[in-house]
Amino acid sequence: MNAALVMFCFFVGITLVITWWASARTTTSKGFYAAHREIGGVQNGWAVAGDYMSAASFLGITGLIAFYGFDGFMYSVGFLVAYLTVLFLVAEPLRNVGKYTMADLISFRLHGKGVRAIAAISTLVVALFYMIAQMVGAGSLVDLLLPSASYTMAIVVVGALMIIYVMFGGMLATTWVQIIKAALLLAGAVAITIMVLAHYSFSLPQLFTAAANVAGPGGTTTDLLRSGLLYAGQHGALNLLSLGLALVLGTAGLPHILMRFYTVPTARAARTSVAWAMVLIGIFYLTTMFMGLGAATLVGKADIGTHVKDAPAIAYISRQPAAMQPVLNAELKTKQYIVPTQNNNMAAPLLANYLGGAYFMAFIAAVAFATILAVVAGLTISASSAFAHDIWWNIVRKGKGDEREQLRVARATAALVGVVAILLSIGLRTLNVAFLVGLAFAVAASANVPVIVLSLSWRRFNKVGAIAGMVTGLVSSLGIIAISPAIMGIDPAGSATHHFIQMAPLFPLDNPGLLSIPLGFIGAILGTFFSRDAQAEADFDQLLVRANTGMGAEV
Amino acid sequence: MKASGVEHHHLTPDDWTKVANEPQFRSLISDKRRFIIPATIFFLAYFLALPVLVGFVPATMERAVWGPVTVANIFALSQFAMAWILLALYLWRARGYDVTEKTVTENVRKEFTAP
Repeated sequence: MNAALVMFCFFVGITLVITWWASARTTTSKGFYAAHREIGGVQNGWAVAGDYMSAASFLGITGLIAFYGFDGFMYSVGFLVAYLTVLFLVAEPLRNVGKYTMADLISFRLHGKGVRAIAAISTLVVALFYMIAQMVGAGSLVDLLLPSASYTMAIVVVGALMIIYVMFGGMLATTWVQIIKAALLLAGAVAITIMVLAHYSFSLPQLFTAAANVAGPGGTTTDLLRSGLLYAGQHGALNLLSLGLALVLGTAGLPHILMRFYTVPTARAARTSVAWAMVLIGIFYLTTMFMGLGAATLVGKADIGTHVKDAPAIAYISRQPAAMQPVLNAELKTKQYIVPTQNNNMAAPLLANYLGGAYFMAFIAAVAFATILAVVAGLTISASSAFAHDIWWNIVRKGKGDEREQLRVARATAALVGVVAILLSIGLRTLNVAFLVGLAFAVAASANVPVIVLSLSWRRFNKVGAIAGMVTGLVSSLGIIAISPAIMGIDPAGSATHHFIQMAPLFPLDNPGLLSIPLGFIGAILGTFFSRDAQAEADFDQLLVRANTGMGAEV
Repeated sequence: MKASGVEHHHLTPDDWTKVANEPQFRSLISDKRRFIIPATIFFLAYFLALPVLVGFVPATMERAVWGPVTVANIFALSQFAMAWILLALYLWRARGYDVTEKTVTENVRKEFTAP
């Protein structure tokens, strides 16, 4: 049996024991959504870090740095700096005035079904996009790391486990799964970093000199310390800026991160969580630099591009011109794999193999799976809370009904969200979903963050403004992505990429943030001036006192 | 902060307004704003300067200053230091907020739980 599979099963075994332990303690909706608000600040800091250090970060960014050097590292920088937005503007007030969801904070003084419904929809959109990107990634990774498993099987296993964690163990199990995985991931990343440094006799100049002279095909060399390898050309600078803006503001609007702050007893503990998370996340993203440069200099770009079989191969063949397809299908049949493209997701596991051998690689691969599993569990619980707490409990049932019903609905929606995510991920297997993560950040930054910030800081802000801001942010980020190069483009014959709309893109940038974030703010501000809500303005004093002192906070 | 055993739900809108206008509370809010607003503007500017400078003045940013290490590389790494320093400063300032906040909460408890 495959060593990675054994280690992964070991992780799953431990997490199932935790889920069993947590399920006996999850008897109320407060237990289900917020782990009874009894998680310590430090523990929650590890869990926040775990929620954030996704497989996309670990495998994706390491790969981007291995291939594109400095431009890939820009993601790492943005992901850490983003936590200052969470620290200064969101974490403590959210804990003080909310109950379980983002919508709780926004509808604190902006009452009514409309505000809550749109906040819940926006939460669901962000959570589902993020989840599908992670799950499709998981399915493709299985093909690379565990050749005996199939794409569909991987999705179903990941999906089933996340449903079990969330349905039975609620937030308590999800939190501890996240903490364990964060510790494993950080340990793995730090171990690889130390091995890379040891290889260069702990001399940074040696490592950087090697990174500046990476040998490529045909005797060429690449300088990975230079910018412009990924974001070049006419719109390179604006692309970087748009991405940076979405990353740095979007994090404060990600539902699975926001929800974490309800699991601690006080706003001070929420602050401690962010502090620990920033230290852990900072260390992790620094290691991505060493892992990426290590992979580029020690493993080499040619070897990172790897054999692809099954789902990615079928996906690749389906995108080829009709004349090519029989040839490729025959190749797949005889060789069991094809080598369509360089896949940089394998940089970290292959580096681990080079430095520490097969068992170390198996450990890293198992950690990558554990990461996907833990992150999708966190997303499932946040999506289920938007459904069950915001839409069902507050809008449909108007806050009436007993505790048992609340818990039952919460569990049922967790299962529903999980099944929908499994089906969508299987349905979308042949599509390139890489842009979904960037889109999730852009929607969070454009639809959620302006309304969160304005409702906490602007007395005049009202319902019409909140609805206008969220709708503008949501529609503009989705609309702009639909006319951007992610969806629109003319594929030359034989190209490995496939666009949904075969037309020149109307919006030149990959990420809509640069336009949609200001639109979200403008929508919220203009909408506000269309009406006046004396009650909301009067309630601002109460919000201000409660957000800043924690008086009357949910306990 | 825990609600220190006080049930605040019975406070009327006027009560909240009264608390919001108390000098102790006003000074808590202005203390917080005095730090958070400039710090937010600063970190956004410092972070966005990275893509802007790399994108628009690549010649300056690509200058190698330490072996092959460029100005842009050092600026990118300095963002980690910037984030951690601002975190430390905030944690240090927040100890003061916690003290003021406790006084405010105490006053409210005395004022609104009179027999």
